[in-house]
Amino acid sequence: MSKPYWTKENFPITPNIRNPGGSLAFKCGQWRSVKPIIDEKKCTKCGICVLYCPDEAIVKTEKGVVEIKYDYCKGCGICENECPVKAVKMVSEVEECKTVS
Amino acid sequence: MQNRKLMSGNRAIAEAVKLSEVNVVSAYPITPQTSIVEYLSEFIARGELNAEFLQAESEFGAMSACIGASSVGARVFTATCSQGLALMHELNYVAAGLRLPIVMAVTNRQLSQPLGMWCDHSDAMGERDSGWMQIYVESCQEAFDTVIQAFKIAENRDILLPTMVCLDGFILSHTSEPVDIPNQKAVREFLPSYKPDADYHTLLDVKKPLAAGGGCPPAFTMEFDFKKYEAQEKGREVLRKVDEEFGEVFGRQYGPVEAYRCDDADVILVAMGTMVGTAKDVADKLRKEKGWNVGVLKLRSYRPFPKEEVIKATSGSKAVAVVNRAISYGIGAPVFSDVAAALSNAKEKPFLLNAIAGMGGRDVDQKGLSAVFEKAMKVAETGKLEGDVEWIGLNRNLVGG
Repeated sequence: MSKPYWTKENFPITPNIRNPGGSLAFKCGQWRSVKPIIDEKKCTKCGICVLYCPDEAIVKTEKGVVEIKYDYCKGCGICENECPVKAVKMVSEVEECKTVS
Repeated sequence: MQNRKLMSGNRAIAEAVKLSEVNVVSAYPITPQTSIVEYLSEFIARGELNAEFLQAESEFGAMSACIGASSVGARVFTATCSQGLALMHELNYVAAGLRLPIVMAVTNRQLSQPLGMWCDHSDAMGERDSGWMQIYVESCQEAFDTVIQAFKIAENRDILLPTMVCLDGFILSHTSEPVDIPNQKAVREFLPSYKPDADYHTLLDVKKPLAAGGGCPPAFTMEFDFKKYEAQEKGREVLRKVDEEFGEVFGRQYGPVEAYRCDDADVILVAMGTMVGTAKDVADKLRKEKGWNVGVLKLRSYRPFPKEEVIKATSGSKAVAVVNRAISYGIGAPVFSDVAAALSNAKEKPFLLNAIAGMGGRDVDQKGLSAVFEKAMKVAETGKLEGDVEWIGLNRNLVGG
């Protein structure tokens, strides 16, 4: 559980957000219901998914590996749609949980 | 210190706004409010008032502009009524929730349908639960004085709520009376410039960034509602203090209520706005001609509702008649409900009569109010209350009954 935004000590009179926090504080990847998985064997490291990702949640590392930052990926599926070699597959988070457990 | 001039209620409002040295006026014209903003635009064009005038594309736009201007720390005024106030409805809650001390004059006018431009209180009653404070005035002088008081009340740190000054459309907005206008220096001393606090409510300041108007989860919403409720409760005391201070400086004082000849009264008539003057005359007449002990309780502050004052003024009376210039369909009328709520836990409970009068500009005359007093007197004497709502001035030839 994260700390409540307002406490007795700082409770204001208006619901204005004074400390937005940004993406460092809010891991929006929790909203995701489907998760993109990259098939390393098929991936050509072309970087199209990196360019198309609306959340900048896909990065190309120094080693040239394409990596998905799951803390921020909201599961929109644009990467799957754009990948020219069909190396990205959207997998249900529920199914993912089952395989993990 | 004061200069007496003959002017309409609307002119008195505009003169008070000028002396309050507002920074921004944003409005959309609507009868009978129009001349308030016409005067203000003239003052600004002539350089008599150093302010921005924003003619909006609608009342929705006008209130949006007021919220924006108040959010950057401007002292803001607007005026509207009727359909215009109804169109602002959504934003009125935003202004109250962001705790912006905007002052708005409402020249009370009926709501369509039937379409008409005449006086009743239906428009402002629709906003009574929005968090805005509401003060109803009786004379041009009171309209003038109340605008200046309203800024001081609204900008008080304990309040920070927008405030409506309600004056009866045409009956007061377009009636001319002598008004004492104090000088700029005296008003400035009474009402120093607005100093918003970025750490406390809403102020858009690049040095202290904040996001206003966003979502709020259920975990906090009720707490913000409570804060607004608390501010209205404190509003009673602030309103009284500001009014007293105004009285000391300018020699005129009104109070949250005016209890006219209520001390020994068996029957008290409760009313708001211009009909109070007529009611006082009728009370005087009935005392003189019939020897009845009757009084009038004028509600000046409607939100916050002066509960304690209503209990105090009506204690010892046998019957209280509430004359409403608005209807609450399916139950009765709003002011009646509020008076009844205020008296619900009082030790001494008088009989309560509910009267509806003056809808859509129907004259509230001496004859009509005499009938209310008479009916209430009968109840006081017999101890029996018959019927539900009294419709004053209703043409029974047309609707039967």
